[in-house]
Amino acid sequence: MDRNCNTCEPLLGGTSQTSADRAEPLLRAGNTNCGGCGMSIGLQFLSHAIADTPVQMVIPACCGIVTAGPYPYSAYGAPVVAATFASAAAVASGLTAGARLNGEATRVICWAGDGGTYDIGMATLSAAAERNEDILYICYDNEIYGNTGGQRSSATPYGATTTTTPLGKDVEKKDILGIMAAHRVPYAATISLAHPEDAVRKLRHGLHAKGFRFLHMLAPCPTGWKSEPAEGVGLVRKAVQSGLYPVYEIFGGRDLTIDVEPDFSRDALAQYFEAQGRFKAADVDLDRVQRAISENWMELRRRGRRPVTGKFERVSV
Amino acid sequence: MTQELLTANHASALAATLAGRANRSARGFGAGVYPITPQTECIELLCKQDIEKGHVVRVESEHSAMAVCIGFAIGGSRTFTASSSNGLAYMAENVFAAGFYRLPIVMMAVNRTLGPPWNIWVDHGDTLMLRDAGWIQFYCEDNQEVADTILAAYRLGEDARVCLPVMVCQDAFVLSHTIAQTDMPEQALVDKFLPPLDLKHRISLQARTVGGLDGAHENELHRWQQETAMRGTEAVYAEVQTAFEEVFGRKLPDAVVPYRMDDAEFVIVSMGTTHSTVRHVIDAARERGVKVGALRVRLFRPLPVQALETWLEGRTRIAVLDRDLCPGLGGILWSEVRPLAPQGALVQGYVMGLGGGDIRPANIEKVLADLLAREKSERPVLLEVG
Repeated sequence: MDRNCNTCEPLLGGTSQTSADRAEPLLRAGNTNCGGCGMSIGLQFLSHAIADTPVQMVIPACCGIVTAGPYPYSAYGAPVVAATFASAAAVASGLTAGARLNGEATRVICWAGDGGTYDIGMATLSAAAERNEDILYICYDNEIYGNTGGQRSSATPYGATTTTTPLGKDVEKKDILGIMAAHRVPYAATISLAHPEDAVRKLRHGLHAKGFRFLHMLAPCPTGWKSEPAEGVGLVRKAVQSGLYPVYEIFGGRDLTIDVEPDFSRDALAQYFEAQGRFKAADVDLDRVQRAISENWMELRRRGRRPVTGKFERVSV
Repeated sequence: MTQELLTANHASALAATLAGRANRSARGFGAGVYPITPQTECIELLCKQDIEKGHVVRVESEHSAMAVCIGFAIGGSRTFTASSSNGLAYMAENVFAAGFYRLPIVMMAVNRTLGPPWNIWVDHGDTLMLRDAGWIQFYCEDNQEVADTILAAYRLGEDARVCLPVMVCQDAFVLSHTIAQTDMPEQALVDKFLPPLDLKHRISLQARTVGGLDGAHENELHRWQQETAMRGTEAVYAEVQTAFEEVFGRKLPDAVVPYRMDDAEFVIVSMGTTHSTVRHVIDAARERGVKVGALRVRLFRPLPVQALETWLEGRTRIAVLDRDLCPGLGGILWSEVRPLAPQGALVQGYVMGLGGGDIRPANIEKVLADLLAREKSERPVLLEVG
């Protein structure tokens, strides 16, 4: 890892428990997640952010609830409601309103995958955002229906093979942050697992801010991505470095800040695709990917606080 | 008590409001609401109420309406929603979920036929589709009964021995949009009748997962707990009836409502407002000397097996009127009542009044004539009333 690279931030002192952390980790030992699961790392970050804040979680039918393990055990160190697939934001709406009626400071968190967010839960999510419910909604996006064995979702990127797109997906993924920002929610942000300080800061802000907060987390799935479990964070770093996964936040649906400046490295982009078996079968057109990145960044620059002077053309390292 | 002229939709909203306010000393009241004809007036009126420690969430679908109730209920609040027909079909996944979570949510359901083709009038197919969802189901005959049953539903469903959601069903337009004189009790009486909800398994801050994975053995035991609770419901309901009469001074109808059954040799079994028409025909037939009585199945889940067996004991001919159709079987009520009839009795099913077909006395007369003239029974027949 190049520590001088501007996409790299000083790492936290590991993501394990510290004395400043909550009494027990949010994701306990004995959970059923695969090795290298990005969602697991995300939960460790969230655990840091929560610290001693009282929370209740709503998790729809997805890997995130399977990992809790069978009744009567729970691998979560917090109360969890296992909701039906499309219902997380609606169940959380009732839960958070009930807490408010009773003057409780409990923060209600939805923890949902991309299927439950981009696809089946979209109407529920959109409605909860429109009502500005007091919920922190976190989407861990592994770009696949992981729990059912790896089918395409509308978060699956162009070129990725899945069990239902054996030749590779031929369309790009949805711009979920754009969709959520268009609801003019108080806070929407993307989180990079390779940038823990930025990630934990956003999780903390998201946890304590009022109204509907949406966080998106690119969560490597070694099983579905056909990548090395140990390389997940490195893959996210490459996605950020290449501009493929922009790290930014939007306040009030309009006020956009870019948090990590990519160098738009073509090499990083190529390595990101090469390191994942899911892109092998399809003849992925990296120029097409690069064009999409450029267009996306043109848009972000226009909307962002920073002037439109940043590099977004190809850069060879 | 105040006498008011109310549709059953409005009576439902007011009953839910009274029950909601009654929980203000506990964890309050929450509702998720979404419009659908012919239930909309209920949630419209609910949205105009000022409920202390209460909150109504206007959601984007019936599926979410029930999900919001689940969220409120799992946090310990008293809850209410209302729906009908395709709304119930769309909601179905979370209706089952509410049953599995064992949350005492109360839902008023206006019975309307499922579509397409679109038709907004009454039949019972929508709520009968949900008969296996782990919900107690009542089918009402008039507006007063709808309001009273909603109040009773909270006391029954929230009883720790029961802990089940309750569906209070009423016939589209025949009740939902028909104005009738209705006694709406005062808040103080409702407060007396409904103890604050203390849901033992509500989530707090303890780290545990509600509704997570179940192995096969845990699953069969959890499911059987539903069955055990259902089987104990009738005994608790009898207590609720007593308490209801003590507080409000009027009776809450039985699980199975008899009419002129004392010496009846023949019986007409039905649900909902069909029974009102049946009673007129029974009166006329009695004047002709025909020993016929009627039963109304008011409580459909749990099915009051023993009460039905007792009422049917010794009767020789039984007509079962189904305002529903289970394609490939016939009538649902028929299929459930038939095994409870005494051996040797002739049991004939009649499917009638689908899609709001107006069931008139002449139609019931035709049923009675057919029942008495039959040499043997056959699979349910369609009796066209449209």
